[in-house]
Amino acid sequence: MQEFNTSFAIAADLIFSAKPELLEIVMLSLRVTLSAVAIACAIGFPLGGMLAVARFPGRGALILLFNTLMGLPPVVVGLLVYMMLSNAGPLGFLQLLYTPAAMIIAQAVLITPLIIALTCQVIGSLFLEYEEQFKALVVPPKTAAAALLWDARYGLMTTALAGFGRAVAEVGAVIIVGGNIAHVTRVMTTAIALETSKGELALALALGFVLLCLAMGVNACVLAVRAIGEKRAYV
Amino acid sequence: MIRKTLLSLILILTLFAPTAQAQEKFIIVQSTTSTQNSGLFDYILPKFTAKTGIEVRVVAVGTGQAIKNAKNGDGDVLLVHAKPAEEKFVAAGWGLKRYDVMYNDFIIVGPPNDPAGISGLKDVVAALKKIASSKSFFASRGDDSGTNKKENRLWKSANINAEKDSGKWYRELGSGMGATLNTGVGMRAYVMSDRATWAKFANKGDYKIMVEGDARLFNQYGVILVSNKKHPRVKSQLGQRFINWLIGSEGQSAIGDYKLKGKQLFTPNAK
Repeated sequence: MQEFNTSFAIAADLIFSAKPELLEIVMLSLRVTLSAVAIACAIGFPLGGMLAVARFPGRGALILLFNTLMGLPPVVVGLLVYMMLSNAGPLGFLQLLYTPAAMIIAQAVLITPLIIALTCQVIGSLFLEYEEQFKALVVPPKTAAAALLWDARYGLMTTALAGFGRAVAEVGAVIIVGGNIAHVTRVMTTAIALETSKGELALALALGFVLLCLAMGVNACVLAVRAIGEKRAYV
Repeated sequence: MIRKTLLSLILILTLFAPTAQAQEKFIIVQSTTSTQNSGLFDYILPKFTAKTGIEVRVVAVGTGQAIKNAKNGDGDVLLVHAKPAEEKFVAAGWGLKRYDVMYNDFIIVGPPNDPAGISGLKDVVAALKKIASSKSFFASRGDDSGTNKKENRLWKSANINAEKDSGKWYRELGSGMGATLNTGVGMRAYVMSDRATWAKFANKGDYKIMVEGDARLFNQYGVILVSNKKHPRVKSQLGQRFINWLIGSEGQSAIGDYKLKGKQLFTPNAK
């Protein structure tokens, strides 16, 4: 398998030469996935927080549902979003199919359950510590959830990162709703799939390394923010 | 809280919506992996865009899926290679008219030790019979693509029910041409491929062309404008301009000019 060595060389070359074509694909990957993560967090944090704090009938079933949806296959999400956005579907008039917006929607649908379930977990264990106080002060669940979400903000960054990881790595959903159109909807994972299908295995693997570097960059940024924030909060 | 969330969602989406509509003059072509993977589109489409200012966005999937997508109105032009299915598409009113565009041919590739002994055969049906009788591995696309439809018709001419042995020597991969070649080479199976994908394919290993030149391996590509009767949003005018260019002298000579390592991959044959 000399492909490995060739791949490292190609990957290094790709990164340092910063070809405009590759840059375009990398930027689109970032744009799509970061937007999807933002949407998923906007929905998932409040919902997950409420689910952890509020007590109502059917709560257990809801938690089970979101935990189950963490295993949603990307292809299925892609198909569902395709059927909605297709010209033959109910949302066809929006004309979003084969655009980056469609890819954002698909990835957001894919990772929102994950964000909800993990947030519920994080806030749930925090809630156990404060439950007595909240009860004594008769704090409404909404306020309690908001306070706990703020308190757990650094922990929730890891939750967002988990969502980012799942979204940036998936290919099944974005290739269906994006169409892998050159210069329009081609992202890192669909480019990897394309090069693999051309038999250009070394190049495909090299693109994989580039994607990994990208993910590392995002993770490093978030961890840095977290470290600085925690220092400020506790010193 | 819900209203705030919805507002932020709409905000994020609208941030991206304008970029999608910014280049207003574009068409979507539902096409096959062979035309894209061979590099043909990269060669001819810039010429069309330079002349007309119309951007062509290609969604490259198997012929079966391309036709399905076109039926859903998710494309303006259909460019695939399965004539019977294309004629059915037009007859049912999904498309306006089918034009021949170009052709090349299918080939069967295999490992050099050639367990079925088909190397050099001119008769593809005889070759398939030998593969079946020797129970040599055969990797099929199994994805209702143009290549897959052709392969099924050839098995039928050979009077062999290969699907009965699916999972034994007959392997249905349910994948695109490139993925099937990757897997086929890995499992030392015979594979039927279109010549263009094979020519551009970089992971051939020690594989060689075993069967070629049979008239039954003819591979015709056709182009169809998707009907705007069923889907009013289809861009008929821009789509027709693309088709006219493709079957006109400029498009035809562009197709003929595309060469890979000195070899022409598609022969234009519009009437």
